[in-house]
Amino acid sequence: MPKRTDIQSVLVIGSGPIVIGQAAEFDYSGTQACRVLKSEGLRVVLVNSNPATIMTDPEIADATYVEPITPEFVEKIIAKERPDALLPTLGGQTALNTAISLHEAGTLDKYGVELIGANVEAIHKGEDRDLFKEVVEAVNAKIGHGESARSVICHSMDDVLKGVDELGGYPVVVRPSFTMGGAGSGFAHDEEELRRIAGQGLTLSPTTEVLLEESILGWKEYELELMRDKHDNVVVVCSIENFDPMGVHTGDSITVAPAMTLTDREYQILRDIGIAVIREVGVDTGGCNIQFAVNPEDGRVIVIEMNPRVSRSSALASKATGFPIAKIAARLAVGYTLDEIPNDITEQTPASFEPTLDYVVVKVPRFAFEKFPAADASLTTTMKSVGEAMAIGRNFTEALQKALRSLEKKGSQFAFTGEPGGKAELLELAQVPTDGRINTVMQAIRAGATPQEVFDATKIDPWFVDQLFLVKEIADEIAAVDKLGPDILADAKRHGFSDAQIADIRGLREDVVREVRHALGVRPVYKTVDTCAAEFAARTPYFYSSYDEETEVAPREKPAVIILGSGPNRIGQGIEFDYSCVHASFALSDAGYETVMVNCNPETVSTDYDTSDRLYFEPLTLEDVLEIVHAETQAGPVAGVVVQLGGQTPLGLAQALKDNGVPIVGTSPEAIDLAEERGAFGRVLTEAGLPAPKYGTAFSFDEAKTIAAEIGYPVMVRPSYVLGGRGMEIVYDEPSLAGYLERHAGLIDRHPVLIDRFLDDAIEIDVDALYDGHELYLGGVMEHIEEAGIHSGDSACALPPITLGGFDIKRLRASTEAIAKGVGVRGLINIQFAMAGDILYVLEANPRASRTVPFTSKATAVPLAKAAARISLGATISELRAEGMLPRTGDGGTLPLDAPISVKEAVMPWSRFRDIHGRGVDTVLGPEMRSTGEVMGIDSVFGTAYAKSQSGAYGALPTKGRAFVSVANRDKRSMIFPARELVAHGFELLATSGTAEVLRRNGIKTTVVRKQSEGQGPNGEKTIVQLIHDGEVDLIVNTPYGTGGRLDGYDIRTASVARGIPCLTTVQALAAAVQGIDAMSRGDVGVRSLQEHARHLTAAREE
Amino acid sequence: MTTSTKGTAKIPAVLVLEDGRTFRGRAYGAVGETFGEAVFSTGMTGYQETLTDPSYHRQVVIMTAPHVGNTGVNDEDPESARIWVSGYVVRDPARVPSNWRSRRSLDEELRRQGVVGISGIDTRALTRHLRERGAMRVGIFSGNALPDAGTMLAEVRQAPEMKGANLSAEVATKEPYVVPAIGAKKFTVAAVDLGIKGMTPHRMAERGIEVHVLPATATAEDVYAVNPDGVFFSNGPGDPATADHPVSVMREVLSRKTPLFGICFGNQILGRALGFGTYKLKYGHRGINQPVQDRTTGKVEVTAHNHGFAVDAPLDKVSDTPFGRAEVSHVCLNDDVVEGLQLLDQPAFSVQYHPEAAAGPHDAAYLFDRFVSLMEGQRA
Repeated sequence: MPKRTDIQSVLVIGSGPIVIGQAAEFDYSGTQACRVLKSEGLRVVLVNSNPATIMTDPEIADATYVEPITPEFVEKIIAKERPDALLPTLGGQTALNTAISLHEAGTLDKYGVELIGANVEAIHKGEDRDLFKEVVEAVNAKIGHGESARSVICHSMDDVLKGVDELGGYPVVVRPSFTMGGAGSGFAHDEEELRRIAGQGLTLSPTTEVLLEESILGWKEYELELMRDKHDNVVVVCSIENFDPMGVHTGDSITVAPAMTLTDREYQILRDIGIAVIREVGVDTGGCNIQFAVNPEDGRVIVIEMNPRVSRSSALASKATGFPIAKIAARLAVGYTLDEIPNDITEQTPASFEPTLDYVVVKVPRFAFEKFPAADASLTTTMKSVGEAMAIGRNFTEALQKALRSLEKKGSQFAFTGEPGGKAELLELAQVPTDGRINTVMQAIRAGATPQEVFDATKIDPWFVDQLFLVKEIADEIAAVDKLGPDILADAKRHGFSDAQIADIRGLREDVVREVRHALGVRPVYKTVDTCAAEFAARTPYFYSSYDEETEVAPREKPAVIILGSGPNRIGQGIEFDYSCVHASFALSDAGYETVMVNCNPETVSTDYDTSDRLYFEPLTLEDVLEIVHAETQAGPVAGVVVQLGGQTPLGLAQALKDNGVPIVGTSPEAIDLAEERGAFGRVLTEAGLPAPKYGTAFSFDEAKTIAAEIGYPVMVRPSYVLGGRGMEIVYDEPSLAGYLERHAGLIDRHPVLIDRFLDDAIEIDVDALYDGHELYLGGVMEHIEEAGIHSGDSACALPPITLGGFDIKRLRASTEAIAKGVGVRGLINIQFAMAGDILYVLEANPRASRTVPFTSKATAVPLAKAAARISLGATISELRAEGMLPRTGDGGTLPLDAPISVKEAVMPWSRFRDIHGRGVDTVLGPEMRSTGEVMGIDSVFGTAYAKSQSGAYGALPTKGRAFVSVANRDKRSMIFPARELVAHGFELLATSGTAEVLRRNGIKTTVVRKQSEGQGPNGEKTIVQLIHDGEVDLIVNTPYGTGGRLDGYDIRTASVARGIPCLTTVQALAAAVQGIDAMSRGDVGVRSLQEHARHLTAAREE
Repeated sequence: MTTSTKGTAKIPAVLVLEDGRTFRGRAYGAVGETFGEAVFSTGMTGYQETLTDPSYHRQVVIMTAPHVGNTGVNDEDPESARIWVSGYVVRDPARVPSNWRSRRSLDEELRRQGVVGISGIDTRALTRHLRERGAMRVGIFSGNALPDAGTMLAEVRQAPEMKGANLSAEVATKEPYVVPAIGAKKFTVAAVDLGIKGMTPHRMAERGIEVHVLPATATAEDVYAVNPDGVFFSNGPGDPATADHPVSVMREVLSRKTPLFGICFGNQILGRALGFGTYKLKYGHRGINQPVQDRTTGKVEVTAHNHGFAVDAPLDKVSDTPFGRAEVSHVCLNDDVVEGLQLLDQPAFSVQYHPEAAAGPHDAAYLFDRFVSLMEGQRA
């Protein structure tokens, strides 16, 4: 039965900003789905507030709404577009929740929109704990397998003690009923702990009730990815086994595909349960993911949960198998059945089969705890990782070691030199799952731990433990051999050792090992991910390396361009860079090149085998890239390697690649170095007559002290060669400077520390521009809403700039051109300026694609990354203007007066982290970037665009209610006007005594509330923190008081995060918010697609 | 738990195909030499079931899944009393088994049963070679003193071919035996053992069938001596073109209109009994992920396969046969190979794949129910 004919248009909801737990994988899924639906001849309407996505590129959907994903805005879009159907399963939990709200509000019925790909009942059954428990019981009744964790409900300590016996003993999980956010729950390992936790739980629970649940900590954890079509055909796309046993969120676990330690009998039981669950839940068409815990003692199976939608795991499964789940889910949703859909990779066989793997896939998470030093770094059932790397090898050890080096993090690879430490301490350390536990285990093995001891400490399956021993034994052999011969090298390579690791073990240089290896002819071959273990010929060149015999890279004739991606997502280097790489691939393919993508991030569009002509799923290290360049050079002509689009990762390889004879296209490695090296860059600025804030570079405290004194405190300190402001701080005095150098000793061991004058109260400006050696194209000028000193990645900004005039733009253009020329840019450059008083300072220049390229491209309707890729390969700006890729005249600095205003807002991960005492982490912005993602608000005026950006990022700004205002002294003057506006809009103002005094003196009615430190009042007056917790405050304005007073606002800000109340931490944001509130209360907030904005803009440009 | 089995890990081994392509690796399992037809299996689980499946008799099995032996060997999962493969090719054998049911390592088991294997070779290259050139004879040679290349190749080329091989009698039971019904007995079935897997009578027993397993040499009289409600023809090794004896027994069963069910080799025998030909596939179907469509319902089931031969019957029409009208009931969606036959005028059907699974998915278990309803229908 082919496609349904009663659906002509579909609304797809994306997942919004990148947050922990919901990341780039939904751009990958959504992009696939939109393309499929469009190719089926449907009109695709898309809503996603995240501009850094490929899916929001204007050519992916027919009408693209970069608008907040809230029921209110989506309803406006539905009213305008009148789609026949809504597909909610591809945008994560955000899309699913929005769709359910629209259903429950009757909006879908009102406009006659059919929910496809999921029905509401199935979503509830899958997501509601109690309903899902019933599903599992029903499944057990049918097939005799699968159960939920056993539990008993207790109302007294006697019940509790009896309950433990019923559950079969300790440990048990105690969950008090009806407490906020699971407060008071915990593990009890003995009676003493039980009495304490359950006693507290019974008190905390408003119904004096606790749930005791059997503990399944330490059990084996598995996931199955399933798909079902409307004819009830079900296939299991992939099985995934967690290296870390139960207790760690699967997003934070090292995971392996396929499952490694199941017999067929046990696997088929999981498969039977999975199929029965998807039927019982009633997922009519599409994908779902089911998690299982298996008792290693007896094989008892507990069904943990299911996601009735495309998920992070399904993206991983798609990349791991070559079976594109989202793409197929979209086809199923519009009426196809699995057997009607061809397998993309073989082209000859249908999708109604189960992929079989002849390789092993390992995914490792990447964390960012260094950005949140206060956060508890132990891994639990709450996901904390910000990204992941995946690697493919012909065996587990190869895949594991490739995955670990793909993390690009110091210490992520196994080390076999140096003192491992004491066995007992290492084993004890390994008991608690943390980032890098696997390395601790390896050190314990080096320190003499036995497999049994490792298992006892970690409950990691003995087969995996043995694989770690195997790695260690190979390392021992590498160390023991007389010289590096072909046998030991081949063996080492087959188990994933990098040249760098071998070099470390042998006390050699990495390039020496590589030379020896090449001389002996030990080189990788490239195998294909083909869904079928070579049973059928594969037509899709999706490669991974292995040290095997036969390569599958086919010769080609067209010149190839190799694009290096950005590796695992991390704070400071996320999806924005993948966006630029994907654009380069599209543009260069159109220009007649064969595009070759290299990346190791399974979440991204770049690692979709559909994106480039060839895909190498490989780590982005010098060794791995050199081997790919070699393989592709054997296959045909290579025009060059693109390094400037994937962020710091490929940029960091540029010089070494060039030194190894690899042609780098675009801005030369020397030019990149020129911009990074402060001395040389300073000379460029001096020659161009451009001012930069006073600065100096220091290798020691003594040097630093002198420089800081010369510049004058406060100063901004940071290590050189980092992205995302890693380690950047504002330092107010000498002792803090000493403290800084001590804390960051690790970062500055090879590169100096940079010390800049800190420009207080300056306006920060970001510029993205293209330069071809002759002509400058100013891509866009972004004015930050927060002042200089807050990392540009965490700052909101507006494009076109809202307070800069023509003269300022002229100065910016001239400075940008001078720098681009002085550095020698061929492609993109991003420059940060600060306007202090009337002086325009140059803060820094990055001769590469920046984080803001997708935003700038969308705001100005010009594909900057595509243009940059073309310029890298020799095209000029005037040629690109003639082609139509760039506007014929003008640029991003000369936008028409009625051009739409776009506002970018950063999204912060505060709510994810707790300190070891369970308290939230502080939310104050600073020079070190900590946001995970961003949203864009676009409208004709600034106020509305800003309001939209806030709605998209944090939920709508309130238009009435109570606003609490507490600002630092320096902000008190600039607070008065916006505060007055708030009152004019009907807000009741609350303030602590100091701020209230200022407001009242200015004739603004204010209610004084108690500070947290003052405690509750004599008549029970609540403190501000209590008021926030009780939901009695609708808007919070709290600017931090410099260094000393910072802690005062801590409780206020963490409370606002806990309650999800908008909290503005700069007075500039308050001014912007007031404009937004004004726009919203006038009630004229509309929606407009990017395509409409672009038509408008193009028409205005032509005038 | 110790890091054991370094036993044969460093002993050299060579795999030589009859077209001369050679792979060098390390010995796995027993050391020595062995010959057979090189075939690859794409299942990622179920190596114990594969090794003990009698249909693999005289075949050297290449596992495309790289890690084999991870769950060791238990006493519950074998499909027969011994390992039947003539040689075993894996890339990365497990050094320690890990499973609560495991009794010993696979390496030990292979050695105990004298199965010669090889590890550490590029199994994907070998699989691609067989896919492109077709299944062919192969030899594995291991030990510290290997013959020269020419001698090895000559030995491989002297080994018997699979085409024309009559092997059922070599693997089937010599004496009849009974698998009792689980719970109340409802039916008696005579199962002709051409290489039967243990799970097949078990699946029938679960449905209240008492299964009388008879040797491959059983005659029609032997079959009817158990007074069966239905007759079953099993899977098994070899070329169906040589199976003249079971074909004649089947014809007798068909002429008496006794409910009949066949699996794998049994399907090919039904094909021949109906007058269709059989042919050798280029490289066969061996795996547990094959999409088969039940043409009567249109539904797709994911199924376990192990067959190198297939029935040559028309897909697009009903055929007239000496036993009435027949049609192709199941087809493999990968390559349109006939995967099932059924008679329209009397109670007989068969499938080319393995509804008993073991190893493999349980999607096709309904076929045993279908057999039960044929027997019920006959009784009514």
